[in-house]
Amino acid sequence: MDIRIPVGTWIADFFDWVEVAFGWFFEPLRSLFLGLYDAVAWVFGTPPALVVIALVAVGALLARGWRFAIGSALGLLFIVGVDQWDNAVASLSLVLVAAFLAIAAAVPLGIWAARNDRVSKTLKPILDFLQTLPAFVYLPPALALLRIGVAPAVIATFIFAIAPGVRLTELGIRGVDKEVVEAGQAFGAHPRRILRQIQLPLAMPSIMAGVNQVIMLSLSMVVIAAMVGAPGLGQDVVQSISALNVGLGFEAGLSVVVLAILLDRFTASFGKGMGLYSTWRRRRLAQREADEQARFDAEILEVGGPRRSPGGLGG
Amino acid sequence: MNDDTIALRAEGLYKVFGRHADEAVIALHRGTPRDELGAATTAAVIDASFEVRHGEIFVVMGLSGSGKSTLIRMLNGLHGATAGTVEVGGERLTDISPKRLREIRRRRISMVFQHFALLPHRTVIDNVAYGLEIQGVERDERIARARRVTEIVGLQGWEEKHPSELSGGMQQRVGLARALAADTDVLLMDEAFSALDPLIRREMQDQLLELQAELGKTIIFITHDLNEAMYIGDRIAVMRDGRIVQIGSPEDILTNPANDYVEQFVQDVDRTKVLTAESVMRKPRAVVHVGAGPRAALTLMRDEQVAGAYVVSKDRSIVGWVRDRDVFDLVRRGVKDLSSVIQSDHGAVATDTALADLFIPSLEAALPLGVLDSRDRLVGVIPRVTLLAALGGEPEAAVQAAPRPDPMPTAEVDQVLEAAVGAGAAEPKEAL
Ligand SMILES: Nc1ncnc2c1ncn2[C@@H]1O[C@H](COP(=O)(O)OP(=O)(O)OP(=O)(O)O)[C@@H](O)[C@H]1O
Ligand SMILES: [Mg+2]
Repeated sequence: MDIRIPVGTWIADFFDWVEVAFGWFFEPLRSLFLGLYDAVAWVFGTPPALVVIALVAVGALLARGWRFAIGSALGLLFIVGVDQWDNAVASLSLVLVAAFLAIAAAVPLGIWAARNDRVSKTLKPILDFLQTLPAFVYLPPALALLRIGVAPAVIATFIFAIAPGVRLTELGIRGVDKEVVEAGQAFGAHPRRILRQIQLPLAMPSIMAGVNQVIMLSLSMVVIAAMVGAPGLGQDVVQSISALNVGLGFEAGLSVVVLAILLDRFTASFGKGMGLYSTWRRRRLAQREADEQARFDAEILEVGGPRRSPGGLGG
Repeated sequence: MNDDTIALRAEGLYKVFGRHADEAVIALHRGTPRDELGAATTAAVIDASFEVRHGEIFVVMGLSGSGKSTLIRMLNGLHGATAGTVEVGGERLTDISPKRLREIRRRRISMVFQHFALLPHRTVIDNVAYGLEIQGVERDERIARARRVTEIVGLQGWEEKHPSELSGGMQQRVGLARALAADTDVLLMDEAFSALDPLIRREMQDQLLELQAELGKTIIFITHDLNEAMYIGDRIAVMRDGRIVQIGSPEDILTNPANDYVEQFVQDVDRTKVLTAESVMRKPRAVVHVGAGPRAALTLMRDEQVAGAYVVSKDRSIVGWVRDRDVFDLVRRGVKDLSSVIQSDHGAVATDTALADLFIPSLEAALPLGVLDSRDRLVGVIPRVTLLAALGGEPEAAVQAAPRPDPMPTAEVDQVLEAAVGAGAAEPKEAL
């Protein structure tokens, strides 16, 4: 038997067609990716490394506390110490751009899927497909359409990282207590308002877990990104393989780990009430409550009547 | 019934979940039983019609799965009706635009949920103000109004807490306050107190009744607890398998259950708290007009085979009672006036006295316990047997149970009466 399904030919033809038909689309897309990347790289790359490290440490202090601040400063100093700072900035910029785009697409898709079963059913296999398809498979078409450099790296990272963002957003919104959503409806709230005031806030932990996942997956793509010509830590890793340079490989690899830990901890702390910022916020709330109480007490003194206890429940 | 006394009207409401909903409605309409619709089709509510008056507490009661939640959710459009109409304040709620529906929900009808459904990320006061926020009331005013309602439900001092810091009972007070603050005429409450423990629950029921008396809200209350239904309901609809099988006052449901199902359902209600003197009393048989003479009174007691009779004035208001032996004496002595033997300690009770409060008076009264209306007119009596029968849950028996008088021997009475007639004594014949 010699039956061969010419899937390869079809897909190649398809992409040839896409290249011709949608060339007008991919050129601006490429410029967009490059522009975003350059902007982020400029922000992190222009100031001296030590200034950036100090700012990151302050951010870490606000987000999680002292230990994380010290840890992140040490980690970044290590990167500077092994002379990977510029590469790290390049990788970080790539990751942030790709992750930002992936999240910007994933959250609305997740919301849409949560509200519409048909969309959910359609998206599910597509996401599975994107996540399991080996990255090397979609690199050639990405290269063909976007040419070598940052742009195909962004699109490859985007495709690889988007799935958990969509899934966890959908899960989070579907997981919001149905009765609470019904309460919004029962009082006559517009669906958009219910989304904004009830569903999104309550789904936030899940959505943030999705954001975290997207960023971590993006970071795991730096080596593959390097293969399509994006600058960064991946370049040194690839080079270490071809040159059998064990030392260089580890230096770059450990720098990736440092970035990973930093990004993970930062994103995981969103909305968890850790760090200095949350402490301030809590203090402000407590102060407001105390003020309220004082006002009540004053009112009661004025009226002179006994205060009604909360329904006689004894607190 | 006048239209502007109706707060909410449901007519021929159907809700069918699953496939072929419209065909299912037609089939049900033709009389196909609900379990022959097929596995993929659930008829949750079948042909429900009722009217709820302004200021009424209308309770929907039924076992789990009988369709109560589905029904109440159709009343504010959370579920669209498969067939039938709902009107709130004279305005149709079925088949209108989503925008108009939201408008009605904002202005006319609010809801209290079984598991409170508070917004966990908002403080108590912001939760209470939520309905007003949706209505577009600006912040200062809505907070001020929410504060007042929070105080009414007894949560002053808790405004800045989050729901998770409150006990279940207090959370439901927030839920109630949120619905009250929205200031709609109609309040839907789906098993609002079912998640609370019994003591708190009773407290909340009392508070609800208090609030209702104060604010005059129209309340539609769902429960599967019969005692709760009987306690707070002005009228009760009993649901079974999606159908409303009976609508009536708590006493109606208890004393005239529409079918075996309802009868079984109401079996373990604490009747003594629900039933009142009025619902078990019987027509008074031996009642004598105060102007009637002893002979007429004695004749009546002989005919009715009773040992005593209540004495009433011309407008039927109670004067007292007489014993047959005393009247017998009067007749024998030829006295023409009853008044000397009328005893005033009749011990009669009001029509709305709960059964639980009838036992002592019933034991103390020499005659079947008298029942008086608001103008002290004797409208019924409750023999002890009737009282006992009513407790046993057999309203029929209560009506049939005969009193066991211990009257004077008839022969003796006849003799005296004849003698009196022989003496030619004349007296007004006014036995009632
Ligand atoms: N969204 C739905 N889809 C399909 N079937 C449903 C849906 N909601 C309710 N049902 C079915 O409709 C019937 C009535 O349910 P409903 O929730 O109204 O009962 P209930 O009287 O409120 O019961 P409970 O006391 O348990 O709350 C049940 O058989 C239920 O399985
Ligand atoms: Mg229910």
